[in-house]
Amino acid sequence: MTTITTTAAPGGMRRRAASFLHRHAGVRLSLLLSAPLAWLGLAYLGALAALFVTAFWSADVFTGDVVKVFTWANFTDLVTGEVYRTITLRSLGVAAAVTLIDLVVAFPMAFAMAKLASPRAQRWLVIAVLTPLWASYLVKAYAWRVMLSADGLLGWGYGLTATVVTLSYLWLPYMILPIYAGLERLPNSLLDAAADLGARPWRTFRTVVWPLTFPAVVAGSIFTFSLSLGDYITVKIVGGKTQLIGNVVYDNIGAANNLPFAAAVATVPVVIMLIYLAAVRRTGALENL
Amino acid sequence: MFYVMPDQAVSLRGLRKSFGPVEAVAGIDLDIADGEFFAMLGPSGSGKTTVLRMIAGFETPTAGTVELGGRDVTRLAPFERDVNTVFQDYALFPHMSVLDNVEYGLRVKKVPKAERRERALDALRSVRLEGFEKRRPAQLSGGQRQRVALARALVNRPRVLLLDEPLGALDLKLREEMQVELKAIQREVGITFLFVTHDQEEALTMSDRIAVFNQGRIEQVGTPAEVYERPATAFVASFVGTSNLISGEAARTVLGREGTFSVRPEKLRVVLGDEETGPDEHEAAGTIREVVYAGPATRFVVDLDAGGRLIALQQNLQVSSMDVTGLRGARVRLVWHRRHEFPIDTPAEPVAAG
Repeated sequence: MTTITTTAAPGGMRRRAASFLHRHAGVRLSLLLSAPLAWLGLAYLGALAALFVTAFWSADVFTGDVVKVFTWANFTDLVTGEVYRTITLRSLGVAAAVTLIDLVVAFPMAFAMAKLASPRAQRWLVIAVLTPLWASYLVKAYAWRVMLSADGLLGWGYGLTATVVTLSYLWLPYMILPIYAGLERLPNSLLDAAADLGARPWRTFRTVVWPLTFPAVVAGSIFTFSLSLGDYITVKIVGGKTQLIGNVVYDNIGAANNLPFAAAVATVPVVIMLIYLAAVRRTGALENL
Repeated sequence: MFYVMPDQAVSLRGLRKSFGPVEAVAGIDLDIADGEFFAMLGPSGSGKTTVLRMIAGFETPTAGTVELGGRDVTRLAPFERDVNTVFQDYALFPHMSVLDNVEYGLRVKKVPKAERRERALDALRSVRLEGFEKRRPAQLSGGQRQRVALARALVNRPRVLLLDEPLGALDLKLREEMQVELKAIQREVGITFLFVTHDQEEALTMSDRIAVFNQGRIEQVGTPAEVYERPATAFVASFVGTSNLISGEAARTVLGREGTFSVRPEKLRVVLGDEETGPDEHEAAGTIREVVYAGPATRFVVDLDAGGRLIALQQNLQVSSMDVTGLRGARVRLVWHRRHEFPIDTPAEPVAAG
C-alpha cells in the first residue's frame, strides 16, 4: 500500500486521492453521504423540530404575533375540544376508507398486470398507471369537482363522500405500484404448486398470494393513509363544508393567523403516522417501500 | 371383453402445443403404465417440460388429449387432476413450516386433522426428514428442500407424480445420492413417476423406460438399454452417450453394407499388433488422432482410412497414462463384434453434441 502511494507518478494527485479514499472507507462514506445528510438534517428534521417547538408557543389574540413562551395551551385545547376530536376521527376514517377502496381496486389490477398480462402489455400498463401522476394535482381535483357538481357527469354533489372518492382516485397509483412489485417477486411456480395440490383460485389467494404480498399491501397503505391524512386541497375543492385535519391547519395559518395552534394540529397526523409505522414495522412492509 | 388391457397411468394422443408461431410440442403419442418410473429426456427446448405441464394442467394443449388412468382430463384445471408435481425450483411456500407445506394438499382436501398430521409425518419420515417439521424452507439445504417438495407431493398419494428436472439444482454428489433414493422411494410407494431431465446419465440410471425428445417430437421410446445400445435415430445416438456413426464410404468398405450404423465407444477394441480377429468381428484400420486419459478409462479418437472418425473407450486394466501418451499418430485397428453395430433409420445429419 505504502509503496503504491510513494511511487505514484508526479501529478498523480487525483490518483493519490482515489487511493486514499479506497483505503479509508469511512471517509469515502461520509463524503458521499454529506449532502443527503445535510438535506435530511436541516430541511426535514429541522423543519419538524421547528414545527414541534412552535406548537408549544402561543399567538397574541389581538396582534396575532407569536409569543415565544412555553405553554401546553394548544395541546390542551386540542385534546379537550370536542370539535377537534371529531375532526381527528373523521380524518382517520377518511384515510382508512381511502386506503381500503384503493386496496380493493388496486389488488386485482396489480395481479392482472403482474401475472396475467404479457411482458409487452405489462410495460404499457405500468405507464398507464403512472400517467395520472404526470398531471397536476389541482387539475385532477378540479376535474372531479366538475364531475361531482350537481349538473356534472356524476352529479353526487360535494362533501365527505366526494372527498373520499377523489382522494381514492388521486392515491391509487401509490397502492398499485408496491403491490405490483410484490406480486412480481412472487414466483409463478408457487401459484402452480397451490393449484397442483388441489387449491382453487380463492384458496390460493387466501393461503399463498395474500400472506406473501401482505408487506407490499402495507407499504402501499402507508402512502395512501399518510397522503390522505395530511391532504387539505382536495377537501377544499370537493369537500363542501367538511373539516379535516389538513384544512384546520390551513385555516389556522390563514384566516385565524394562529401559527402555534396550526403547528399543534399538524403534529397530530405526524404522531398518528409514527404510531402506524411502528405498528407495521414487524410485517416487513418498510422493506417494500 | 375377456382380455384386460394393462392399466395406463398416462396416455397422450396427438398432443400439440403452440406458443404463437412456435410449435413447442409437435404431436406426441405416449403410454405410460401404472407403477412405471418413466423419463422424458431431451435437450432444452425439445418440448419435454411443456408435455409435463400439459399433464399437470398448467398448459392447455393446442390439440390432442391427455388421459390419466383412462379418464380424459385435457380440459380440467390442475386442482381437478389426480397428479402432483415436484417443481424444478421446489416451489415450497416460504411462509409456512415444513409440516404446513406437506399438509397443504391434505388440508385442501379436508382430511381430518389427526389423519392429516399422521400422513404428513409419515411422508416426512419416508424422505428422512423427521425432526425438521418446524423449520421454514429458508432454513433447509437444497437437498432437504428437494425432499420436502417430494414429501409434499407424495403425501397426497397421486396417481402420477410429475418431477420437473428434480435434481437439476443439486450438486453432483447429492444428485447421485438422490438418484438412488428417488428410485428406492418410488419402489416403496409404487406410484408412477414421470420425470423430465436433460441429463442422459440420470435418465439411464433411474428409469424403467425413456422417451427421447427432439424438437417437439419423440425420437425413441424404450428401456435404458434399448435406447443406449440400439439408438433408433442419429439424434438419439448422439444425445444419449457418445455418437459413433459409420456411414457412406466407410460403411461400404468396412461393413460391406449401405446405410448408417452406430457402435458404442466401449464396444470397440483398440488393437495395436497383429492380433487375429474373430469370425463375427468387424475391423477398421486407422490412425490415432488423439488420446485422452480419463482415470478409469482412456478415450482414443481414431481417423479411419476409409473415412470418418470413431471414438474408442478402453478400460485402463493394464495400461497406465505412461503407456498411452506416446500413441498419438500410431496406426491401429478398431475391432468390434457384429452384434454391437446397429443400423440407424435416418441418414446421419450433423447433430450438435448434447
